[in-house]
Amino acid sequence: MTDQGYTAAKAEHPAYEGDTIWTEQEPLIDRIPRWLAMTGLMVLILGIWFGLTATGLVSPIILPGPGETWDDIVFVGRNMVTGGYVLEAMWTTSRTVLYAFALATALGFSLGVLVGETKFGERAVMPYLVAIDTMPKVAFAPLFIAWLGFGISSKVALATFIATFPIVVSTAAGLYAASENERMLFKSIGATRMQTLLRLKLPTGLPYFFTGLKIAAVGVMAGAITGEFLGGGEGVGALIRVSASQLNTPRVFSLIIYLSFLGLALFLMVVWLERTLVFWRKSDKPSGMG
Amino acid sequence: MSQAVKMDSRREGPAVARPVYQIERMSKSFGAFRALRDVNLTLNKGEFGAVIGSSGCGKSTLLKIMAGLMPPSSGRVVLAGKPVLGPRRDIGMMFQQATLLPWKTTLENVLLPIEIRDGKAAARDAAGRARDLLELVGIGRAEKVYPGELSGGMAQRASICRMLISEPEVLLLDEPFSALDELTRDFMNMELQRICLERHATAFLVTHSIPEAVILADRIYIMQANPGHVAEIVDIDLPRPRNLDMINTPKFGEIVHYIREKLGQEAFGT
Repeated sequence: MTDQGYTAAKAEHPAYEGDTIWTEQEPLIDRIPRWLAMTGLMVLILGIWFGLTATGLVSPIILPGPGETWDDIVFVGRNMVTGGYVLEAMWTTSRTVLYAFALATALGFSLGVLVGETKFGERAVMPYLVAIDTMPKVAFAPLFIAWLGFGISSKVALATFIATFPIVVSTAAGLYAASENERMLFKSIGATRMQTLLRLKLPTGLPYFFTGLKIAAVGVMAGAITGEFLGGGEGVGALIRVSASQLNTPRVFSLIIYLSFLGLALFLMVVWLERTLVFWRKSDKPSGMG
Repeated sequence: MSQAVKMDSRREGPAVARPVYQIERMSKSFGAFRALRDVNLTLNKGEFGAVIGSSGCGKSTLLKIMAGLMPPSSGRVVLAGKPVLGPRRDIGMMFQQATLLPWKTTLENVLLPIEIRDGKAAARDAAGRARDLLELVGIGRAEKVYPGELSGGMAQRASICRMLISEPEVLLLDEPFSALDELTRDFMNMELQRICLERHATAFLVTHSIPEAVILADRIYIMQANPGHVAEIVDIDLPRPRNLDMINTPKFGEIVHYIREKLGQEAFGT
């Protein structure tokens, strides 16, 4: 724009003399603090629950009221604190879950490295893994019971079977995650294949691996409880089945709630481990970029 | 950041021209596709060579062969009197991206080549040298910082140190600053020149920026595709040390123009 043009434009639009202050408005629903939002939602759900049961709209056998359920949660809690049968069931299920999780991690990681690092694994093993993964794995439960009996091992087997696959897939994906430049760097400084695997590909793949572990942590719970439903034994799953058959619905609810603590504990353990090991992911900036 | 450093004159008389890197009649084919044909190239001690060409002219392939990352199909590739038969300690390499490992500190990243080749103990012993290098490129204070907290320019400085730590005979630079913004890139190019002059380094740059090649190189190889070959060699006799003001001189413009013409000829088939 020429000087003249600028002067002309300015004359046409006289300058606004005051400060320009304005605030951006966030919608009301986004400004509710988290604690209030969570409490509000909880109150709403409890209210509907209470309404449905107190008015007799829903039979207490199908859905017990919040008060009744709370009483049972307290009862089961007391039982556990005093070392009653629920504590023993919890202990059995916890052991099942932990054994299966450890086994699935070891098995999934090894198979993942085989698939992700070797051509043989990628070409020969992976197709079979995909094929097995598409099967409904719970259907294998009767087989595991037939092979391993009604004890804890058949449940561990089923839970391991369910939880292994996500770890295999995520480990293998993690090994592919190192960039072309990084591979070239390692090659150019004379790294052996093992060095490249241990010092580059595995650390790069850690976040992927942990994604698999989180899925497995959920799967292992489902597997253990399903195993206990179908194979009896002493776990919480068996208690739930018995309670349900006795129409003791509040008991079913409170057992599920205590189980969810177990699942949550396992999940949080994985999250904590990830934060500790993948410490460099704290900042979201990709490495070496401006 | 860049302190004034004493710079000894680059060439101690024209007589001493010791060849460091020699390539003779080198060709490379991928199956039926001929990527490089009959490349001849000599890098003398302390010389800065550059290869320029459009994408697909085979310049990256040339660099990979020079780095020992890929075997040639025929011809001689010799560094310091010994044929290049794989990655070597006396070859230093730098990539488009800094490629620092995010779980290692800046210092540990610089020491990575030593750690891989000679083990952790040797890397610990070399820590002093690594600190000196970080000091040399002006990021001495960042030694304990993780790459996630470095700017693009600082990350590339660290990768320069990683390239220099094993005291290579030749530096191979694959568009080293092309991922940086233009202001930083100009500055880093001058830093690179300073470091090369100071260490009397032999360097070979791959780039597709004509001004970058002209400001840095003593000799430019213009490559053309189908199959990739060196079409012309241009000697740049601008005085050293060079500075960014030279970009505005008529002589610089002439050289850039000349090279652009040569590259244009290939692109438009005239």
